[in-house]
Amino acid sequence: MRLTGTGLASERGGRLIFEDVGFDLADGELLAITGPNGAGKSTLLRIVAGLLPATEGRVAAAPATDGPLYTFMHYLGHRDGLKGSLTVRENLVFWQKTADSDGGIDVLDALERVRLLHAVDMPAAFLSAGMRRRVAIARLLVVRRPIWLLDEPTSALDARSETELGELIAEHLGGGGLVLAATHLKLPVPVTKTLRLGSAP
Amino acid sequence: MKAFLAIVRQTITVSFRSGGGPLVGLIFFLSVVIVVPFGVGPDLNLLARIGPAIIWIGALLSTLLGLDRLFQDDRDDGSLDQIQLAGIPLELVVLAKAVGHWIATGLPLVVAAPIFALLLNLSPAALGILVLTLLIGTPALTLIGVIGGALMVAIRRGGMLVAVLVLPFAIPVLIFGVMSISAVILGPASSFGLPFMLLCATTLLALVVGPVAGAGAIRAARE
Amino acid sequence: MGITNTLANPTRFMSYSGKILPVTWALALVMILAGLYYAFPGSPPDYQMGEVVRLMYIHPQAAWLAMLTYVLMAIAALGTIIWRHPLADVLQKAAAPIGACFALLGLITGMLWGQPTWGTYWVWDARLTSFLILFIMFLGLIAIWATVDDPGRAARIAAILTLVGAVNIPIIYFSVQIWSTLHQPQGLLQGQTDEHFLPPMFLMLGGYTFLFISILLLRMRTEILGRRVRTMQLTSVTAEA
Repeated sequence: MRLTGTGLASERGGRLIFEDVGFDLADGELLAITGPNGAGKSTLLRIVAGLLPATEGRVAAAPATDGPLYTFMHYLGHRDGLKGSLTVRENLVFWQKTADSDGGIDVLDALERVRLLHAVDMPAAFLSAGMRRRVAIARLLVVRRPIWLLDEPTSALDARSETELGELIAEHLGGGGLVLAATHLKLPVPVTKTLRLGSAP
Repeated sequence: MKAFLAIVRQTITVSFRSGGGPLVGLIFFLSVVIVVPFGVGPDLNLLARIGPAIIWIGALLSTLLGLDRLFQDDRDDGSLDQIQLAGIPLELVVLAKAVGHWIATGLPLVVAAPIFALLLNLSPAALGILVLTLLIGTPALTLIGVIGGALMVAIRRGGMLVAVLVLPFAIPVLIFGVMSISAVILGPASSFGLPFMLLCATTLLALVVGPVAGAGAIRAARE
Repeated sequence: MGITNTLANPTRFMSYSGKILPVTWALALVMILAGLYYAFPGSPPDYQMGEVVRLMYIHPQAAWLAMLTYVLMAIAALGTIIWRHPLADVLQKAAAPIGACFALLGLITGMLWGQPTWGTYWVWDARLTSFLILFIMFLGLIAIWATVDDPGRAARIAAILTLVGAVNIPIIYFSVQIWSTLHQPQGLLQGQTDEHFLPPMFLMLGGYTFLFISILLLRMRTEILGRRVRTMQLTSVTAEA
C-alpha cells in the first residue's frame, strides 16, 4: 500500500499552522515528522487519522482501500485511551472487539512483548505513565492494522522500553507496515524519510 | 454487532466501577421524592394526585446526572479518539453508550419507582402504568440527554449548561408520561391511549435524533 | 488560498449590506411610526376588548418575528453543517439575541393581554408553554456562543442544537389547532379579523420585519469586523514570534 498526503494545510482559530505539506510513503517505510513545538506535528497526525478536518489537501491510499482509510490505521496519541477502572486485559479485549480485527496477536502475547504480563488483571489506573504507554503500544499488536500513527511514541518510556518499541516498529516495517511518527527526540529505529514542519531551523 | 455490544458492556462496567453505577442516581431519585412532601405538606390526597409528576421529575433529574461526563471522560482519556478509528459508525457508538448508560442508571430507576411511589400514596392500579410509562419514557430521556453529553465534548466546560440545553427537549416526554398516568388515576374522563402513544412516538423520535445529533456534536468538536 | 476563499464572501456581504442598511432602517422607521399612529390615535377601541385590543399591533408581530428568526437560524444551521458557509455561522450568532428579544417581547405583551382577557397573566397551555420553550432555547443558544471560545466550533454546536430544537416550531404553530387552549387562533391570514384592524397590523408586521433585518445586518457586520480584528491580532502575534 502507498499512503500519500498532498497540499495539506491546517488553520485553527484563524491561525495558519502549516500549509502545502505533503508526503509519500510506501510499504515498510518510516516517516519521521519533526519540528519545534507548535509546528503542527500532532495536528498533522490527527488530520491523517481523520480526527481533524484538513483545511486544504487530502490524504489517500493507493490502491484504494476497501472501507474507510482510518480503519487501516492505529493512532497512538498523547492520551493512552485506557479506562482507569478497567483492568489491562479488559481494556485490550475491548479494543479487540470494537475494531474489525483480523490477525492481531493474542492479548497475553502482546502483554508479554511489552513486559506487562504480571499486570494483566490490574486496573489501568494503578499503572505508571510509562506502563500505561506500554499497554497502549500493546494495542497496536492485538489489532492488526498496516498504518501506525505515533505521536511522540517514546515519551514516558524508559531506555529499555524505548529499545523494545524500536524493535516492534522495525518488525512492523519488516512485515510491510507503514509508520508515521511525530517526534522531537531521536527515534529508536532507522528513519526512511523525514518531514520537517515549521520555519525554525 | 460485536463492537456495539462491547461498547454497551464497557459503558455499564465503567459506570458500576467508577461512577457508583445506579446507586448515586437512585439516592438522588429518592431524595427528590422525599423532599417534595416536605415542600407541599404531607396531605396524602394531594400527594396521590401529584405523585406521578414527582416520580417523573425525579427520574428526569437523575437521568441527567452523570450524562455530562459520559463522553467527556472518553475525550479526556483518549478513548474517544480510538473509538472513532474503530470502524463502527459514530451514530452507533453514541447509541451504544446511551443503551449502556440507560441499563446502568435508567433501568434501576424504573425498578425502584413503584417502591418510591408507595411513599406518595399512589394507587396499585397506577403503579403498573407508572412502571410501563417509565420503561418507555426513560430511554427517551437518556437519548435526549446523550445529545447534551456529546455537546459537552465540544463545549468543554459548564456541567450545568447541559441541563439547561437538554431540559426543554425533555418536556414532551414529561408531559406525555404524566398525562398517561393521570388518565388512569383520574378515571375515564381523560383518555390513556393518546398520550401513551405520543410517549411511544417521542421515544422512537429520540431513538433516531439522539444518536444522529450526538454523533454530529462529537464531529463538531473536531477542531 | 483557503483563507482568501473564506474572506471573499463576507467581503461581498459587507459591501452589499452597507448599501441596503440605510434603506431598511428607513423602512422600519416609517412603517413602525405609521403603524403606531394607526394603532393609537388612528383607530377605535374594540367594542369587546376595549383599549387592550391595541396590543394586537405589538404582540402577534413579535411572536411571529421570534418564530421567523428561529426558522432563519435553522436554515443557517444547515448552511453551517452542510456547506460550512462562514456567513451562516455569523448569521446564527447574530440572530440569536434578536430572536430572544422578540420572544421576550411576545411573552411580556402576551401576559399583559392575558390578564384583562383571561383573568390571569399565565396559563400552562400548549401555545404559551411551547413559546416559553422557544425563548429558553434562544437563551441556551446565546449561552453556547458565550461559553465556547472558538467561533467555528460554537457555530457547529449551536447548529446541531438549533436543528434539534426546530421540532418546536410546528408545535408552537399548530398548538392552537390541536390542543384545546385559551389562546385564540391566529386570525391574520384567515380573514377573521375586522378589516379596519388589518392595515396597522400589517404595517407593524412590516416595520418589525425591517427592524429585524436592520439589526441583523448590523450585528452581522459587527461580527465580521470583530473576526477580522481577531485574525489580524493573531497574525501579528505570530509575526512577532
